[in-house]
Amino acid sequence: MKVLVPVKRVIDYNVKVRVKADKSGVELANVKMSMNPFDEISVEEAIRLKEAGKVDEIVAVSVGPQQCQETIRTALAMGADRGIHVLHDGDTEPLAVAKMLKALVDKEAPGLVIVGKQAIDDDCNQTGQMLSALLGWSQGTFASKLEVEGDAIHVTREVDGGLQTVQLKMPAVVTSDLRLNEPRYASLPNIMKAKKKPIDQVAPGDLGVDPAPRLETLKVEEPATRDAGQMVEDVAALVEKLRNEAKVI
Amino acid sequence: MPDNLSTRPPTDPAQQELILAAVDKFLERDVVPHAHDLEARDEYPFEIVEQMKKLGLFGATIGEEWGGLGLDVSTYSKIVERVSAVWMSVSGIFNSHLIMAAAVERFGTEDQKRRYLPRFATGELRGGIALTEPDAGTDLQGIRTRAEKTADGDYILNGSKTWISNSIQGQILAVLTKTDPSAEPAHRGMSLFLVEKNEQFRVTRKLEKLGYKGIDSGELLLEDCHVSADNLIGGEEGRGLQHILGGLELGRINVAARGVGVARACLDESVRYAQIRKTFGKPIAEHQAIQLKLADMATQVEAARLLVESAALAYDKGERCDMEAGMAKLFASEAAVNNSLEAMRLHGAYGYAKEFNIERYYRDAPLLAIGEGTNELQKLIIARQLVKRNPV
Repeated sequence: MKVLVPVKRVIDYNVKVRVKADKSGVELANVKMSMNPFDEISVEEAIRLKEAGKVDEIVAVSVGPQQCQETIRTALAMGADRGIHVLHDGDTEPLAVAKMLKALVDKEAPGLVIVGKQAIDDDCNQTGQMLSALLGWSQGTFASKLEVEGDAIHVTREVDGGLQTVQLKMPAVVTSDLRLNEPRYASLPNIMKAKKKPIDQVAPGDLGVDPAPRLETLKVEEPATRDAGQMVEDVAALVEKLRNEAKVI
Repeated sequence: MPDNLSTRPPTDPAQQELILAAVDKFLERDVVPHAHDLEARDEYPFEIVEQMKKLGLFGATIGEEWGGLGLDVSTYSKIVERVSAVWMSVSGIFNSHLIMAAAVERFGTEDQKRRYLPRFATGELRGGIALTEPDAGTDLQGIRTRAEKTADGDYILNGSKTWISNSIQGQILAVLTKTDPSAEPAHRGMSLFLVEKNEQFRVTRKLEKLGYKGIDSGELLLEDCHVSADNLIGGEEGRGLQHILGGLELGRINVAARGVGVARACLDESVRYAQIRKTFGKPIAEHQAIQLKLADMATQVEAARLLVESAALAYDKGERCDMEAGMAKLFASEAAVNNSLEAMRLHGAYGYAKEFNIERYYRDAPLLAIGEGTNELQKLIIARQLVKRNPV
């Protein structure tokens, strides 16, 4: 079985994100970028399935600027077999990415697509679900455990208040949650070897997709700063402040 | 100029970025959570070493044909900087190991390369260099360890070595000896051997230190230790000092990169703390006295890093770089010493407390000014080279 794993290049999770002065977006100049952490989890899961003999080939896909090749290389160094880079310099939105992934799935015919449940930059949490709908495939979202058995896959989902295990018919789309696994970091020898693994480059047009954004960003703002706490004399004073100052009761 | 000096092509910048990102992840996951406790207990970081083997650090500068990564020293020094910014002792575990490996790769016989380099690269066989003796450190020509040739052509080694990194947990060391104590000049009678530890080559004492804890620094005794002639590096007597001095340039770039790491760690923690700590109603970063310190510290880090880059570049090109390596070692180690004290002043009592990292940097930094040739010696090397390169 072949597994397709989309990997997105995002601002590194350790970076304190700053809003641009004109509020048009966030500062990207000289900011460390790396693979979306949920996508790292997806790559790791695909590698574990391969190590368990359930998967033959792992294909890492990234949509974005030329530097996305580094993100694909990271996946290759972790253990993916080859990469596909959809070169696109503008903003990407979930629906356009899902359409590009669908076109690639039609071409590559994987048995499973493991998508990060969301990217930590826009927190959309849409691409996996959209892809599943476009393909007409089963979906198992927010996976914390995967078990492939024949042509079915058992997905344990993290839902409010507990876990739900569903059985999906393959082919399927699974979105990975935080507790699915702890991804390995690429060893230095594997990084060197990954140089030789192939990355194909295509354009959105080659896949028949118009990547033009459908959304317009009006304004991006820093979260409101929290004021310092106040000490109150007694419960009555607290209730009075909640009612008249905070106006929450 | 050492012979057999091979040049290393520069690592592709994107590739270098991936390598450094992997090192950062290793540090974040496997070193940061344990460094403080292990250091406080002066405990050898066994689990970290296992992770370093998996990561491939023990083969960083060993050629790809021997199973190493074949990294250029420019990339390698950036790795050393990062590791040292977290815990300097960890860098020592692979630094002197790789100097030993470099001596074998550059000067060893084909048989020695084949027997040792693949095992050095995986970390299966780890070690370092045994040069210093109780009465000779910086003045290496004054060593007394004797290697006498036997009738069958092998050697018997006698002597003692001290301050040897990786000597307790490592399995093998490159030992500098005198095969001809009467040779004039003395270096013509010096030879370097690869010696695996055994009953006749054993650790007699673990040394207690101010800082640089966790890593094993030991005293060793060679007592009628039989060493095969096959383990004389290069197979020829009288070239030991030359072999090891070539490695010391790499060693000095190592130490300089450590200096940049420690100096940067001091700066980073100071920049953070200065924005959190408030006095007289505002963060101390807004006081001019603190700003002056931060500016000086940052400038030292940047200048030290550029000196290391310049020395590493010269090394990678195969150029003579004792002056460049000496300058980098001198300046970067002094930057670490200076920044650790400044960071302590800036952190006040918190800087002095065992609970935080600053006092560790303050204890670790002075080693850099002493080890791998004192800074006073570096000045002599720089001055002599300066005159030699600019004759009237």
